[in-house]
Amino acid sequence: MKYAYYPGCSSHSTARDMHESATAVARRLGIELVELDGWSCCGATAAHQTDRLLAASLPSSNLLLAQRTGLDTLVTCAACYSRMKAANHEVSSSPDMRKKVAEAVGSDYDGSMPVRHIVEVLLEDVGMPKLKKSLARSLNGLKVAAYYGCLLVRPHDVTGFDDAENPVSLDRLVEAMGGESVDWPCKVDCCGGGLNLTRTDEVVRLSNSIIDMARDSGADCIAVACPMCQASLDLRQKDMKGGAGKGRLPIVYITQLLGLCLGIAPAELGLNRLMASPDAVLQAVSSKGS
Amino acid sequence: MTIVISKKRRTSGLRPQVEEMSGVKLDTCYQCRKCSAGCPVAVSAGSAPSEIIRRLHLGAGDELLESGLVWMCLSCETCYGRCPMQINFPAVIDALRSLSVAKGIKAPGGNMPLFNRMFLENVKIFGRSYDLSMIMGYKLGSGKLMDDAGKFPAMLGKGKMALLPPSGADKMSVRRIFDHTVGKKVKSK
Repeated sequence: MKYAYYPGCSSHSTARDMHESATAVARRLGIELVELDGWSCCGATAAHQTDRLLAASLPSSNLLLAQRTGLDTLVTCAACYSRMKAANHEVSSSPDMRKKVAEAVGSDYDGSMPVRHIVEVLLEDVGMPKLKKSLARSLNGLKVAAYYGCLLVRPHDVTGFDDAENPVSLDRLVEAMGGESVDWPCKVDCCGGGLNLTRTDEVVRLSNSIIDMARDSGADCIAVACPMCQASLDLRQKDMKGGAGKGRLPIVYITQLLGLCLGIAPAELGLNRLMASPDAVLQAVSSKGS
Repeated sequence: MTIVISKKRRTSGLRPQVEEMSGVKLDTCYQCRKCSAGCPVAVSAGSAPSEIIRRLHLGAGDELLESGLVWMCLSCETCYGRCPMQINFPAVIDALRSLSVAKGIKAPGGNMPLFNRMFLENVKIFGRSYDLSMIMGYKLGSGKLMDDAGKFPAMLGKGKMALLPPSGADKMSVRRIFDHTVGKKVKSK
């Protein structure tokens, strides 16, 4: 299993733990990641809010780099995943857009390079039998709220990830690791991440309701697969009302949970970088049979 | 909300331009309001997706660009995902944003145009996002220097905020894309 790895900008700043845990898990499972040489920003929300052609061109130039390697692109960030898939959709569904993108990027791109999120690679390429066989530890019944957010599942005709309203990919991984994925209604709700700097009050309001619901559903932690969701729920938790005295809820990447169950040391998975202490998770993993 | 429409209005307003820019046809919307029911920010923005579409139907002009939703929309795509007619409303909002910036209309509620400009300026220079520089640029520009300042030491301590600019991107390719798309819209410092 070999992939062209597109880390995305947040891998070197706010989501270093996502990058660290993803690469550690990949190494352990024999997934070879070849970082795309010279990769650049996907444009994120700023590009598509500004100019449609810019938003299609920035990811296309990266997918052209991947085309040269002949490998599928593996991404860990849900936003990069969404922008790359959207660019593929724009370029492949409109000859006019394809032509304009070719002019902007300097070479023709047909929108055909596969873009895979690491969760898809874990479930579809590595597969459940191999994953289960590789586990050294268990989550020992830890109650996990699997949280998908927006960008993996929507728009569904563009991303094609799992199911738009009730995805189960993360839940399946949690259950495979011996955790209990709680039944809760906020799986695909928005954390407000897009307004992080401009309307922080809205981020706190939306993320607060997600955390309250996870807690009310009995969750010991929330598992995420998007760096914006992680930042909103973790970094902003201190500013939220309610929940005080109950302690903060750990917000962990699914690759951090998987890494722990593969027997990888917490520091290698960036668990020391979380704002809300992951102690509840660490205790569950080491509680018995390990 | 009451929408006042002048009987004298003879133009089709922003609609043709928005449809052209977004590639979205609005005539299939029958106001079921599923989009508005699922919108996470409609309540705070004071305007909802179905209302924006209806106002476009009715020939709304530049006054529509002052609606709260234009800059509060999170691009969460819930409206698009649930629309029975597959109307890509987030693309409509993106078109309204471009028009708003082009016409120099003040963004209500938070300064998203400034954020976008700072983000893209850094991408244009470094080829990748440089959070520290982008955040400082936004804070200086918006005058909200001390908002969130308490988060900064914690993020530095946890290694979640890089001090040095990113390196390794093919900057020439990125520069070329900017020059061939937004051109002078995003000025380099």
